[in-house]
Amino acid sequence: MIDLTLNTDLARTILTGFVHSEISRVGFARAVIGLSGGVDSALSCYLAAEALGPQNVLAVRMPYKSSAQESLEHAQLVIDALGVQSLTVPITEMADPLFERFPEANPVRRGNVMARLRMIVLYDQSEAFRGLVVGTGNKTEILLGYTTLYGDAACALNPLGDLYKTQVRQLSRAIGVPEAIVAKPPSADLWLGQTDEGELGFTYAEVDQLLYLLIDQRYSPEECVAAGFDEKFVAAVVERVRRNHFKRVLPPIAKLSNRTVGYDFLYLRDWGT
Amino acid sequence: MKLTLALAQINTHLGDVAANLEKHLALIQEAQTAGADLLVFPELSLTGYVLQDLASAVALRPTSDNPVFQRLLQASQALDLVVGFVDEDRRHRFFIAAAYLSAGELVHVHHKVYLPTYGLFDEGRFFAWGDAVHAFDTRFGRVGMLICEDFWHASPPYLLWLDGADMLLLTSASPGRGLTSGPQLESARWVEQINQAYASLFTAFVAHANRVGYEDGLHFWGGSTVYDPNGELLAKGPYDQEGITLAEIDMNQLHRTRARLPLLRDERTALVLREMNRIQADSRQFGR
Repeated sequence: MIDLTLNTDLARTILTGFVHSEISRVGFARAVIGLSGGVDSALSCYLAAEALGPQNVLAVRMPYKSSAQESLEHAQLVIDALGVQSLTVPITEMADPLFERFPEANPVRRGNVMARLRMIVLYDQSEAFRGLVVGTGNKTEILLGYTTLYGDAACALNPLGDLYKTQVRQLSRAIGVPEAIVAKPPSADLWLGQTDEGELGFTYAEVDQLLYLLIDQRYSPEECVAAGFDEKFVAAVVERVRRNHFKRVLPPIAKLSNRTVGYDFLYLRDWGT
Repeated sequence: MKLTLALAQINTHLGDVAANLEKHLALIQEAQTAGADLLVFPELSLTGYVLQDLASAVALRPTSDNPVFQRLLQASQALDLVVGFVDEDRRHRFFIAAAYLSAGELVHVHHKVYLPTYGLFDEGRFFAWGDAVHAFDTRFGRVGMLICEDFWHASPPYLLWLDGADMLLLTSASPGRGLTSGPQLESARWVEQINQAYASLFTAFVAHANRVGYEDGLHFWGGSTVYDPNGELLAKGPYDQEGITLAEIDMNQLHRTRARLPLLRDERTALVLREMNRIQADSRQFGR
């Protein structure tokens, strides 16, 4: 029996406490969040508004010209519901000169460019607003590597990274994220009709259960197959998790000296606070 | 005999002993005002928990010429104290330690004997292993101190019981994990269950002080508890909030419980020792 259900009150307490602690202890009081109109960034925004007060949260909408109007509207629902500060910074004028220089760029390249331009906007607002960038990546996409390195993966802290997508939805409903946002098919919104599940080739409901066995319960791939998962599906997910590990670690430093950052110079980020 | 036991469920500054000392002194004052006779701080309360390379930089000697312990020893004139720190011994080994202070004197130091070095824990990489589990006498009777993983193993509480401890003072910096649909974290449920079990099995008082706050993504859940010799919950601190939890301890409960349930009287230590020697000698069993 695979049960991903959470005690949402407890999750909410721990995660709002985390956002408050990790921002305030380094001398900040504010947060910056890229609001896509999807459920992940909506939940991050709700948690940050509860942790810091809505006036201390800046929600930034960053549409490209092909972004769906519905995404902008859904982001606005969150802004209006919470009363957070907001800003709309279209990235079309930044992205198009590069796309014109490389007209052959495939959707992956274009998607990565857009994600990284949004990172540039968020980190610029981080300095302007004096707020830390709160991440929106969930455990499913971190494990699958369904994210752009130094793009949407870039943040100062991430309250959602240990919640599977299924659990993001459950917590979002409990915390009051509008149902239109929670219920719609997840999408990176890079082209018309794109959905995460279409691109990945499986549903979050399926893969979350498999990941829960593989990661949380330490099942071997063979044990997952014995538990009823399709063998090819298991093999594909296991390989995907391994192949994308580079996105989850800092770049390796070549060791030369007796004391090297990352190997034997070890401190938490919260050192001294 | 009665006493007021206080558990200081605090957050700490990671690696900032001066800031943590000031918090200790403020809470000692608060506990004294509330009438506490004994105040227990959590594991590594003077330093924070995930110290890594900070371990050697924050290490102390628990002596009256140490400026930090000088002030804590002074404060122990008013009420007895248990504080958590990194102890640097004469050979410059670094231990996770708890000190019991009373009437301006150092009464006992316990070095953590089980250093979790698995999963999210890495203590064995940075700290030396303690090598003794001793009960000691206080003005409230004989007590014993253990630190977190020490009491995830059944033997240290058992040894303290046999060594005369009628009150176990347990301290933790327990990172919360195992969020399910249940009412509390799995880590919290487990610690509460074993605390209650030790109180029942040893017909003794069991007090547990756990810290709160965050270090990077780790979350410490608080929920400090005191169980009486019947395994009844006497007091419980809130989850995730700083503060002092007070419990009135009536030491005569030991008399009443042990009159009903003479587990200590009937404990067959010679049998235990005989079997331990046999098991230890049999390499196929358990040779550590």
